Amino acid sequence: SRRGGRMMTFHLVYPGLPEMHQMMRQTCRDYADRELAPIAGKLDKEHLFPAQQVRELGAMGVMAVEVPEALGGAGMDYLAYSLAVEEISRGCGSTGCVVSVNNSLYIGPILKFGTPEQKDQWITPFTTGEKVGCFALSEPGNGSDAGAASTLARQEGGEWVLNGTKAWISNCWDASATVVFATTDKSLKHKGISAFLVPMPHPGLSLGKKEDKLGIRANSTANLILEDCRIPLGNMLGPRGSGFKIAMQTLDGGRIGIASQALGIAQAALDCAVDYAHKRTAFGAPIGKLQAVQFKLADMAVAVESARLLTWKAAMLKDAKKPFTKEAAMAKLSASEAATFCGHQSIQVLGGMGYVTDMPAERHYRDARITEIYEGTSEIQRLVIAGQLLKEYVP
Amino acid sequence: MSPASVFVCLSLTLLSDYPVIRVKPDNSGVVTDGVKHSMNPFCEIAVEEAVKLKEKKFIKEVVAVSCGPTQVTETIRTALAMGCDRGIHVEVSGKDYEAMGPLQIAKIFAALAKKEEASLVILGKQAIDDDCNQTGQMTAALLDWPQGTFASEVTIDGEKVKVVREIDGGLETIKISMPAVLTADLRLNTPRYATLPNIMKAKKKKIANMKPADLGVDMVSRVEVLRVDEPPTRLAGVKVETVDDLVAKLKANGTI
Repeated sequence: SRRGGRMMTFHLVYPGLPEMHQMMRQTCRDYADRELAPIAGKLDKEHLFPAQQVRELGAMGVMAVEVPEALGGAGMDYLAYSLAVEEISRGCGSTGCVVSVNNSLYIGPILKFGTPEQKDQWITPFTTGEKVGCFALSEPGNGSDAGAASTLARQEGGEWVLNGTKAWISNCWDASATVVFATTDKSLKHKGISAFLVPMPHPGLSLGKKEDKLGIRANSTANLILEDCRIPLGNMLGPRGSGFKIAMQTLDGGRIGIASQALGIAQAALDCAVDYAHKRTAFGAPIGKLQAVQFKLADMAVAVESARLLTWKAAMLKDAKKPFTKEAAMAKLSASEAATFCGHQSIQVLGGMGYVTDMPAERHYRDARITEIYEGTSEIQRLVIAGQLLKEYVP
Repeated sequence: MSPASVFVCLSLTLLSDYPVIRVKPDNSGVVTDGVKHSMNPFCEIAVEEAVKLKEKKFIKEVVAVSCGPTQVTETIRTALAMGCDRGIHVEVSGKDYEAMGPLQIAKIFAALAKKEEASLVILGKQAIDDDCNQTGQMTAALLDWPQGTFASEVTIDGEKVKVVREIDGGLETIKISMPAVLTADLRLNTPRYATLPNIMKAKKKKIANMKPADLGVDMVSRVEVLRVDEPPTRLAGVKVETVDDLVAKLKANGTI
């Protein structure tokens, strides 16, 4: 049967969601169930970039959900994007990362800060799935400490010349362009950082070895090395010195993307555990009858559902053009912790079967772990939330 | 003259991989409340074929039609998102819906096809919940149109349609004149995923609403379901040591 797979799936119907959102969620779910879930294990084992699937997702509009139709995107809102990333990630965590990075981190800042010409050149070709982009902010010397960017950009005639090394860049080995952050005025500290658009490959830009990661292995991660990398002056994104602001605003939205990815992984882990609880018998009955197992499943479900509602709230605030920094941080924090919790407990429910590659539980456990680290560690999210709270309570 | 409009007739069925379908306590049918429904897989294939024919410019318009309660509009909307131009929802609910069978549906589709002057009516070969495999054939008979059922390949050739049919003996190729009724079999095509832009476009496409009475169709069923039972539970087998034991056992229970 085309429906593939013996695992029971859970037909979640959210009557509160608008019809269009339900339909697009269903189409993404169908795609993930039929095309991603069956190959996710292989992609992980062989560290294979899902190029064909990315092209197919591009044809569906999933690689550019929020981009207006005029530029080649689907013209939907951020809530729709969050639903899409969750469903794709539920099929394959790595593919969810590719989708999220392309939409939020690469297209996001260009859509917000780019000139019409930059949008045509740097967004439209990246909506079809033929090309993906990446986002180069972190450096070997600074991840959370983004203001300390040591990559430098100096102006020479009609060009910018970039020098430095960026670290942990997702998608980079499969990317055709990057948004890079470099210091243009060291004396201005974080107000002296600017954003640049660089095509890939490009003279002066090289890639480090692919990192051998614990999870999301179908997605490439490596250093991006800039050695006298020359780009036209027109490749600066946004005004000079606004790079830090662009990065922070981009990450705000990116957080909702990663929260969605974490939700997908968490849900996949939960689905796996509940399915197993129905089928595995011990002590004369399915283990789902045992309270110890029931309590775990309940805790997992509450963790996922509450994180999901936080994520949707953040997305809806963003769509309503209301402040959403605190909610996005809360979403990312709770969803990533839900993902690692569900990954862990899912293995526990499966027992020995959870520890071997025959079942996907161990992959969900490994894929979940990164969501607490990238696009702002859980610690940074807590600082962001506390910062917002303290601002709200003016004595 | 290329055909103007093609009707794709959709069925909303119980989800194919739903874990447990239960018989109602009074044995009058199966429990459908709370069970997820979706477009019949063979109807998805029918929609895909119609949309492909339109993309190849053999036809101008694809109309998605379905009979049933309000839920059915979701199915029509999905068909619109796959590329159909407009939809028609024939509202049937309550007792009429429970009693609705292939004959009533065929009468509705036939009346609509005549009213809208369709050139082709495409259906899925059967619904996966009741497996009747009758609606397409009945629709053709009511219209007195030729039929190409179990289609695994459809080619339009001027005023005629060449249909390759999957039959027990292999593949049969026939040529029929339009207007005609076709039913889609599994290998006819692989349905596309509704793309996000098409889902957005589907929002603006129209779904007309009507009742069977508007088409002069009486919904009275000529079939009465007496009883629905689950298949008997499969009994455990018995292991025997030798062939002689096997023969003895088969003789003892009267099989041989």
